[in-house]
Amino acid sequence: MSRPYIPKVVTANALLEGDVIYLTADDRWSRQHHEAELIEDEAHAQMRLLHAAAQKSKVVGAYLADAKAGPNGPEPVHFREAFRTRGPSNYFHGKQETAAQ
Amino acid sequence: MYTYSDFDEAFVRARVAQFSGQVERRIDGSLTEDEFRPLRLMNGLYLQLHAYMLRVAIPYGTLNPRQMRQLAHIADTWDKGYGHFTTRQNIQYNWPVLKDVPAILSALADVEMHAIQTSGNCVRNVTADHFAGAAADEIEDPRPVAELLRQWSTDHPEFQFLPRKFKIAITGSPNDRAVTRAHDIGLRMVRNAAGEPGFEVIVGGGLGRTPMIGHTVRGFLPKADLLPYVEAVLSVYNMLGRRDNKYKARIKITVHETGVDEITRLIEERFAEIRPGFGGYDQELLAQIEAAFAPPVFRTAPTDAYDAFYSADPVFRAWADTNLARHRNDEYAIVTISLKAHGETPGDATSAQMRAMADLAERYGHSELRISHEQNVILPHVHKSDLPALHAALAQVGLATANVGLISDIIACPGMDYCALATARSIPVAQDIALRFDELKLEHEVGPLKIKISGCINACGHHHVGHIGILGLDRAGVENYQITLGGDGTETAVVGERAGPGFAYTEIVPAIERLIHAYLEQRTEPAETFLQTYRRVGLAPFKAALYPAEAAQNAA
Ligand code: SF4
Repeated sequence: MSRPYIPKVVTANALLEGDVIYLTADDRWSRQHHEAELIEDEAHAQMRLLHAAAQKSKVVGAYLADAKAGPNGPEPVHFREAFRTRGPSNYFHGKQETAAQ
Repeated sequence: MYTYSDFDEAFVRARVAQFSGQVERRIDGSLTEDEFRPLRLMNGLYLQLHAYMLRVAIPYGTLNPRQMRQLAHIADTWDKGYGHFTTRQNIQYNWPVLKDVPAILSALADVEMHAIQTSGNCVRNVTADHFAGAAADEIEDPRPVAELLRQWSTDHPEFQFLPRKFKIAITGSPNDRAVTRAHDIGLRMVRNAAGEPGFEVIVGGGLGRTPMIGHTVRGFLPKADLLPYVEAVLSVYNMLGRRDNKYKARIKITVHETGVDEITRLIEERFAEIRPGFGGYDQELLAQIEAAFAPPVFRTAPTDAYDAFYSADPVFRAWADTNLARHRNDEYAIVTISLKAHGETPGDATSAQMRAMADLAERYGHSELRISHEQNVILPHVHKSDLPALHAALAQVGLATANVGLISDIIACPGMDYCALATARSIPVAQDIALRFDELKLEHEVGPLKIKISGCINACGHHHVGHIGILGLDRAGVENYQITLGGDGTETAVVGERAGPGFAYTEIVPAIERLIHAYLEQRTEPAETFLQTYRRVGLAPFKAALYPAEAAQNAA
């Protein structure tokens, strides 16, 4: 039996600002992890990644990151992805700063 | 200090213009990321975890006040009001946006600075002893040679596509403060039997995945032979170095696989071949550069005010004891300004602090500043009578921390708070260790101790040569910290020994605390440093302190 597929989100950095972004189900790029499309099927994930990588004038370095469903939408699984949703831990900069504004 | 020639100026300006065009073409979509990436990296622009990062070279760690003010201006105008000084004597800006980078590079060019060759498989920023030109134990200021190497290596057509990046470090003192034995080429100035200055040439050192201490390929190289000799080393490496495997591409592996004797023979053979081609122009150029590094005109004044202050004020005394080093002029001192205030990010300075340091360098320091690989700022020439006033001024901007060389003077790489390659965080670990030992009021009692932290196997935080090294790893999706002990980055360089299994994020500070208590118990007297104790007693008592459960089991 094959192992169950760990759901994914498509993430990248925005070309102009470098900020972390996520691909949504309606083909937008969101700055918020919980707005991302949670992809539960491997073949679909590959399609979405191709779609993302093709947007060369908007995004850099698109990849699939493990995620899980949460009450407000997808949540990161790995700590690296969790840091990417917030920003650094030594200063209140990055997404945590913009979220507070 | 060296000032740009017309050639340097035109070269850097042309590079800025070129890169501005490239950024424009990337933004309008005519360049793809695959096309743009190598171009941006050639100009020091990385894409990190949360944003772009611009790495600016500070050649041999030397800055003048005007440059320091410009770095502050850049931080305020295009970044978040601070900069991060690195173990490579560079400064990194963590938050530039793509369209602003040309303007930043142009502002750098205004003060004769650039970000060229801070990335890529070329000769990187040449690093030097941060006490260069001032240290009491120095034979000669190594910076003219470093500048010669910078000019020679910049855009050198033969060495733009080396198998891998290439780092050169140089020191003019036999006491190595530049970690020369852990560089691709280390140059350590020594004297021969006739008393003439020359270099010990060390090749194939490096940290990272496979840490190695470099091998001496020439015990004494006359100064005049330096450039052709370095070129010979590069040339042999360029031919032999492996391009098939990134992890085996550094010269340390080439030396390891070829053997020291054979590589030495090849270098000497190549050197003999190219030496005649160096007709003396390099020496003329070096002489011109040396003139630009003439020492300042030292003043003569009484120093009794310093002595009186030293005996009267304990806060000043504590700072003087840790943050001053011996200058070759007895009336002067070398001041290390700690960028390691307890709980702050190692190596970070705010724009206000940068401006204050620039002002103080002008007022008290013959307008010279240095950045150390230990992520501090140095005022190399301060007359002793000015020290009390300098200390008071530093205290006003949070820069008077008296901890240089102590447990809280930690080297930490950016780790997973910024770096895209990281496997764990390093900055908060450094912050927590510093805060903990400040709280325990133990650090002065513990004495000289170097903790160095890297957030991944690449070892930018030099953890292998820390007396205590900490390496952050990702173990099954959790941050995990491995400890190495007994490392040394000086002329007696040693790679530290792994102590055992790693510790979770919440366990690492208590683990360090246990280590320190073990040291305090083991040392014969307060003058015996951590490293000396470790060398005397070995790993066992420290291991027992780190893993008390195992130790108890073994005893049972
Ligand atoms: S050691 Fe690793 S985590 Fe730290 S700066 Fe270097 S590459 Fe990044």
